[in-house]
Amino acid sequence: MESIQSLLKSIPHYEALPGYLKALMPSLVSSVVILALVLVLALFLVWLERKVSAHMQDRLGPMYVGGWHGWAQTIADGLKLLLKEDIIPGAADRFLFKTAPILVFIASFASFVVIPFGMSSIVSDLNIGILYVVAVTSLSVVGVIMAGWASNNKYALYGGMRGAAQIVSYEIPAALAIMTIVIQVGSLSMQDIVNAQRGGLHHWFIFRNPFNFVAFFVYFLCSLAEVNRTPFDIPECESELVAGYHTEYTGFRFALFFLAEYANMFVVASIAATLFLGGWTQVLPGVSQIVPGPILFTVNALFLVFLQMWLRWSLPRLRVDQLMYMCWKVMIPFAFVLLLGVGCLSVFWK
Amino acid sequence: MEVEYSGEVMTLNMGPQHPATHGVLRLELKTDGEVVAEAIPHIGYLHRCFEKHAESVEYPGVIPFTDRLDYVAAMNQELGFVLAVEKLMGIQVNSRVRCIRIIMAELNRIASHLLAAGTYGMDMGSFTPFLHCFRDREKILDFFEETCGARLLYNYNWVGGLMFDIPPGLEKKIIEFVDYFEPLVDDLNRLLSYNHIFVKRTADVGILPADRAVFYGVTGPNLRGSGVKFDVRKEEPYLGYEDIDFDVPIGTGEFGPVGSCFDRYIVRIYEVRQSCRIIRQAIAKLTPGDVQEAIPKRVKPPAGEVYMRTECPRGELGYYIVSDGSLKPYRVKVKSPCFCTLSAFREISRGAMISDIVAIVGSIDIVLGEIDR
Repeated sequence: MESIQSLLKSIPHYEALPGYLKALMPSLVSSVVILALVLVLALFLVWLERKVSAHMQDRLGPMYVGGWHGWAQTIADGLKLLLKEDIIPGAADRFLFKTAPILVFIASFASFVVIPFGMSSIVSDLNIGILYVVAVTSLSVVGVIMAGWASNNKYALYGGMRGAAQIVSYEIPAALAIMTIVIQVGSLSMQDIVNAQRGGLHHWFIFRNPFNFVAFFVYFLCSLAEVNRTPFDIPECESELVAGYHTEYTGFRFALFFLAEYANMFVVASIAATLFLGGWTQVLPGVSQIVPGPILFTVNALFLVFLQMWLRWSLPRLRVDQLMYMCWKVMIPFAFVLLLGVGCLSVFWK
Repeated sequence: MEVEYSGEVMTLNMGPQHPATHGVLRLELKTDGEVVAEAIPHIGYLHRCFEKHAESVEYPGVIPFTDRLDYVAAMNQELGFVLAVEKLMGIQVNSRVRCIRIIMAELNRIASHLLAAGTYGMDMGSFTPFLHCFRDREKILDFFEETCGARLLYNYNWVGGLMFDIPPGLEKKIIEFVDYFEPLVDDLNRLLSYNHIFVKRTADVGILPADRAVFYGVTGPNLRGSGVKFDVRKEEPYLGYEDIDFDVPIGTGEFGPVGSCFDRYIVRIYEVRQSCRIIRQAIAKLTPGDVQEAIPKRVKPPAGEVYMRTECPRGELGYYIVSDGSLKPYRVKVKSPCFCTLSAFREISRGAMISDIVAIVGSIDIVLGEIDR
C-alpha cells in the first residue's frame, strides 16, 4: 500500500485531486492490481492443472492454442464461457442465484489483500492478517449454500449441503493448525510470521519442531478439504452429483466459480507457505536477499499447488461420512494435541 | 449398516443421463439425507427390439445385431450366437478357428475388464487409472482393427469360421502386448486397487452373499466376487477351453465381507491375468489351416432348438434359438447376464449412501445395451 501511495504521488497534479478521491485512490489501484493478479493466476493454474494431469495420464494436454504448449488455451476457454448463453433455471431463486458466484469469487479475491508476496509487496499488512484470511475464506461457504439452494436442483442442493458441512468442519482443524504458529510468533500479522522465519531453511516453522511438522500436514489436508480438491471434492464430485452446487450454472457465472476455485487453491497454498515454509525469506542461511522475495514466495506457493494437483490426479475420493469421521475424530484431536504441545514448548523451552 | 431414518424421504432421479450410470440406466432413489432407503432401477431406454430383429433376418445377418448387445465385448457376444448356430447345424470347425476365437475372446475380455476397472476408478473419483486403462485397451482395439477392420463392432465370427484369418505376424504382436501388459496390472493395483481410500470406499459396500447371488441368477465376475467358483469355460467347456490351463479367481473378502464391491472389482483384475495366460497358450497351439473351410453355403439349420451358453466378460451369456428349418431363426432369446445382475441391485443397495450407489452400479459393471436389447 505504501509503495502504491508513493507511486501515485509521483503522478503530476495528483495533489490537486479532491480529498475523497485521494483517499480512495490507493485502495482502488491496489484492488485492480489484485484483480489482474487473481485472473492471471487462475488462468495459469487452470492451464497448469491440465498440463500436470495430462502428463500424469500419458497425454499431452492442450498443445495448439497460442503456440507454445497451448498456453492460451484457458484464455480461449474463458472467452468461450463469456460468450455462452446465461441460463437461469425457471424455478430458481433469481436473486440468490445471481449473487452466489459473486460472493464465492469475492471471498477468494479478498483474501489476496493480506498475502505477503514480499517484504513490501503486500496490499495491507493487517495486524489480524491470518484471522482475516480465515474469516474471509469461510465466506465462500455462504456462496456455496446459496448456489445449491437457489438452483432448485436436488443435485445442487446435495452439493451445497455437503459443501457447507465439509468446509465448516474443516475450518476447525485448519484454524487450530494455524494457531500453533500464531502461538510461536505471538502475532497474527502475516509479515510478522514471515519475519520470524528469516535466516534460512532451518528457521522455517516446519523444521523448527516436530509439532510444527505435523501441523503442516494437518493444515495442508484441511486446506484440500476447504478448496474442495480430491480426495475431499465431494461437494462437486461429478460421478455422484453431476457437478454439485454449480450444476445449473452456465457461462460466466460458472467461470466465476471456476476462477474462485483456482484462486482459492493459491490462497491456501500461500497461507501454508507463509506459515510453515518461510514465505518470501531466503532459503540458504547467511545469504542476503539475492532472489527477490515475490519470486521465492510464488515458487513456494506454486510448489504446494502442484502438490494439490498431484494428489488430485492420483487419489480416489472419500465418502461423505468418512470425510466427517476423518475431520472430527482424527484431525481435530490431533490438532488439539499439537496446539497443546506447541503451547508447552513455548512456555517451558524459552 | 444400521440406519435411522428421519422419515422425510426425497426422491432423487439418477439418470438416464447421469455420469455414473454407465449408459442409460435410470435409478429412482428414495433418499433420506445422504442415505438411500430404496433404489429402484428402471431400464428400457436402450431397447432396440433385438429379438424381433433376429426373427426377420437370415442367420448371418443376426451376427452384427449381437455385436450391439454388449458393445464393449462384442467379440464374445457374436461368439455365443455363432456357437449356438454351429451346435444346431452340427458344424465342426478346425483347431485354427477355435484358437483364434479363444484369442479374440480373451483379448476382448481384457479390453472389457480394463474399461470396467477404469470407469470404476472414475466413479470413485480417480481419473488417472481410467486413462491408463484406456491406453492399453486401445492397443487391443488396434489388434482387432488389424484383423477385421473394426474396432468395436466386429462381425468377425461367422457361422462355421471367421471373416478373415489373422494377418501374418499378429500373434507375435499379441505376445509382445501381453508381455508389456502383465506388469502394468501391478501398476494399476498400486495406483487404484490397493489404494487405501479406494479400499475404504468399496470393501464394506454392496455386499452380495453367495446364496443371494445364486438366487438372483447372477453370473460371471459378480458371482465369483461373491465367492462362488463357477465359470462356464470350466463347467461346460467350449472351443477347447478344457485343454487350456487357467484358474478361476474368486473373491476372498480381503478387506471385508465376501461379495463386496471390492471383491467384484478385484476378481476382474485377477481375470485379466488369467486371460493373459490363456492367450499365451492359445497362441502356442495355433496351427496352420483354412479358417473358412467349414463355412456352409447357406446357413439353414434343421428344425429344432438349441441352447448355448458361453462365458462373456459380464457373465454367462445364453442364446436360445428355435429353428423351423428356414433361413431365418424362428425365435432367438438371449439370457443376459447384466439383466440378472441388475435384478439383485435393489437388494444390495438398500441402506447404502448416495456415494455407495455409484460404487455398487460401477462394481456390477453393467452394459445397458445388453440389458435392454
